[in-house]
Amino acid sequence: MTTKLFGQRVPRVEDPRLLKGEGRYLDDLGHDALAAAFVRSPHAHARVTGIDVGPALDVEGLVAIFTHEDLEGHPGEPLPLLIPHPALTHGRTPYALARDEVNHVGEAIVMVVATDRYLAEDIAGKIDVTYEELPPVVGIEAARSATALVHDDVPGNVAATLVQEIGDARGMIAEAPHRGSLRLTIERSASMPMEGKGVLARWDPDDRSLLVHTSTQTSTSVRQALAAKLDLPVDRVEVVTPDVGGAFGVKIVHPWPEEVLVPWAAIRLNRPVKWTEDRREHFVSSAHERGQLHEVEFGYDDEGHLRGLAVRFWHDNGAYTPYGLIVPIITSTQLLGPYKPGAYRVEFQSLYTNTVIVTPYRGAGRPQGCFVMERVMDAIARDLGLDRAEVRARNFITPDEMPYDHGLVFQDGRPLIYDSGDFPASLAKLKALVDWDGFEAFRSAAAAEGRTVGIGLACYVEGTGVGPYEGGHIRIETDGSVVVSTGLTSQGQGHQTMLAQIVADELGVPMDRVKVTTGDTRRFKYAVGTFASRTAVMSGSAVALTARAVREKALRIAADALEASVDDLEIADGLVRVKGSPAAAIELGTIAVLSNPLRYAFDEAASRATQFATPADPSKPPVAVGERPGLESTDYYSPPRSTFANGMHAVIVETDPETAEITILRYCVVHDCGTIINPMIVEGQVHGGVAQGVAGALYERMEYDESGQLLNASFMDFLMPYASEVPHIEIDHLETPSPLNPLGVKGAGEAGVIPGSAAIAAAIEDAEGIVISAMPISPSELFTLRQARQQ
Amino acid sequence: MTEPLHGVQLTVNGIPRELQVPARRLLSDALRHDARLTGTHVGCEHGVCGACTVLVDNVPMRSCLIFAVSVDGAQITTVEGCVGPDGELGPVQQAFRDCHALQCGFCTPGFITTITSFLETSPRPTEQEAREAIGGNLCRCTGYQNIVAAVLRAAEIINDPATGGTGS
Repeated sequence: MTTKLFGQRVPRVEDPRLLKGEGRYLDDLGHDALAAAFVRSPHAHARVTGIDVGPALDVEGLVAIFTHEDLEGHPGEPLPLLIPHPALTHGRTPYALARDEVNHVGEAIVMVVATDRYLAEDIAGKIDVTYEELPPVVGIEAARSATALVHDDVPGNVAATLVQEIGDARGMIAEAPHRGSLRLTIERSASMPMEGKGVLARWDPDDRSLLVHTSTQTSTSVRQALAAKLDLPVDRVEVVTPDVGGAFGVKIVHPWPEEVLVPWAAIRLNRPVKWTEDRREHFVSSAHERGQLHEVEFGYDDEGHLRGLAVRFWHDNGAYTPYGLIVPIITSTQLLGPYKPGAYRVEFQSLYTNTVIVTPYRGAGRPQGCFVMERVMDAIARDLGLDRAEVRARNFITPDEMPYDHGLVFQDGRPLIYDSGDFPASLAKLKALVDWDGFEAFRSAAAAEGRTVGIGLACYVEGTGVGPYEGGHIRIETDGSVVVSTGLTSQGQGHQTMLAQIVADELGVPMDRVKVTTGDTRRFKYAVGTFASRTAVMSGSAVALTARAVREKALRIAADALEASVDDLEIADGLVRVKGSPAAAIELGTIAVLSNPLRYAFDEAASRATQFATPADPSKPPVAVGERPGLESTDYYSPPRSTFANGMHAVIVETDPETAEITILRYCVVHDCGTIINPMIVEGQVHGGVAQGVAGALYERMEYDESGQLLNASFMDFLMPYASEVPHIEIDHLETPSPLNPLGVKGAGEAGVIPGSAAIAAAIEDAEGIVISAMPISPSELFTLRQARQQ
Repeated sequence: MTEPLHGVQLTVNGIPRELQVPARRLLSDALRHDARLTGTHVGCEHGVCGACTVLVDNVPMRSCLIFAVSVDGAQITTVEGCVGPDGELGPVQQAFRDCHALQCGFCTPGFITTITSFLETSPRPTEQEAREAIGGNLCRCTGYQNIVAAVLRAAEIINDPATGGTGS
């Protein structure tokens, strides 16, 4: 019997290629393509008054210089607003090249195409753009004050206002025995994958077809967007995602200006064109996230039960809103975590600033929401003198309340209904893992040595597996190999391994016979993309359903060939056999041959399926009614609503009494992503998420000055953690299967990052006895808080 | 004006190569786009991330901070040269697979070269030494924990090839 692979620590099939330097990332392709570079705005807010290309024209290697004037028709119109929402009354998107106004430093104005990138940058440096500077709007306070406007036609800089309310939150708070309020901020960070964006476009003038490689999280939607933008029939455009060097959300936005311009230029110039984003470009012209200001009011009873929660927050969406309101909607709904808020009211404003756009970064609005809710829990515990874990437990949704309907609308436009989870069990595991109850003894021992330590915890629920759908195609070849494709893309999560595990199990074949392709529209054209921790749920379920259909067909054909009943057959090790009589067996490859009646013998396998090779019933058509040639199938998975994974983190920190340096001594994670397909991969996802959570809590922030210059737009100055900053991570799992999909999975990609700031803030607060209300926090900021307390 | 080209002789992964490059051509670009060895990756072009690390005469260096002409005559080892004798995964590469020390794989080549060099001088590192050895390379996917484990695992494989085997 083939060993079951689902649930096993199967080594990744992606690895040998990537480890030997044989990966193919975007810039590894198209060595001979023309290179693009861009002149980008040095001002946060300005009118473009002139573009002088004269000095650039005699540089050898120049092929073309393009400005907005060259972009006739659809390419010259604003880029699409990808996710419209009725509340987004003032959505604005940029032009691929700025038309007459720039709204952030880094906005592209001129495209240069040259024979190589060095020369393209030389030429870009010689182009003289003149500007009339306009007052910049930087930061949430400036946006709210609206003394200057980002877009003249957007009053108050307000892109959207959205309110959701369940029950009378303000009334419940007013009547509650205890009340509290908090003002909380989280600063900007960014996905910051090691590989930036990049696009390679090849136009075939004979075939009138466009082949685009792009480092994206959604090749199918880039394809549709390009066809629309470039006025090409969709079937003349194919988009392939090569190996992607990380994404973490930023590459779900599309089409980026360069994703339109590079193919547009390739067609216009009739030459392959490539653009590879450099690190500074990534800082100033891709996307950031996280920046929000929250004002929270809450009421609770003597036992610490939340009676009512009212949250107002202001979300800095940057200069444009191509990705709609997804981030603040997620914040406003996922803020609730595993808790029953009593009555809940949330109102947010999404505000324009003259800074880089804000779109999802791993966690996508959840770290901010989690920070807010967990600060509330800690405030209640502090006020009532209760154990912080106990206050959380008292507010938990309990397993017998699942599925739990919050009465709100989630980011997918569907009801916010938790499908599964056992929060008390998760908390029990976390308390055991970190030795919550033993901490006071540890604190005393540390204090005796003159050391200051603190512990904190934070809980979250993460909507995962967002629809609308994904699909899978599986074909068994005549050599018995299994070819799988799904439309969404991969950025290092090990999808090829995870999906191959599922398919190998379903089909009863060894895993090394299964080859998975993702993100190639030549192979699979209907897909949504990779975001919201959705691949295992969506494509995992889709390929499982597809494999079941292929299996059914294989058994049907084998039953005929073996003159046995389908019910008496089993598949193992790539062989269909009659249960109990192993001699009566047929290889899947042979079934593939039988499934496709042929006239021509183009190879040995084919010769076995030709018209004179096999006895056939002349009264029946070679392909039976209702059947199709080939041992293959396509199926889709479209869930009624999202799954909801959850987890809890506990952190022990030490703070230096002199320098206020913050050191993480232990970082413990309990994680519930439903059934686990590959624990090794899930733990890897958690590790990476926690590292980004620690980064957001202690190190990373985008430092804009008041003129809208990003002061730390390099890896020298933006403090991404090295190995010396990320603690050892201890993990325990709880598996509460989702009832919504055939695998019981819930998604794991983003989980690790969500409660980082909340848990670390709680631990620092516990160590120092100082209320922490802004993250990230640096040693100097903690030092300042200590001084403020002493005054 | 055409940029003058300069002949640069490099021995890359044991194979002599002569490249004609402008004076300002970075070693990273010369390896990637002239020698077409794209295993070496460029993550920041300012010497911070370490993805472009190659061994220049056995010393790990950031190839994005070096002009190709300045290493004329040097022996260069890239990630492609860190494989075993028959082209199979080398010990550090194998350790990365065993320990799930890579996800997207973009930073990985710089870690492989850095660790290969480190283990030559420190064949039996402690966990703390392993963590310090990778302290100059950025990874955005793994949180480093499994990379630290891979350093220790690679040392095991190198010190006792019998345990190295196929690893999987």
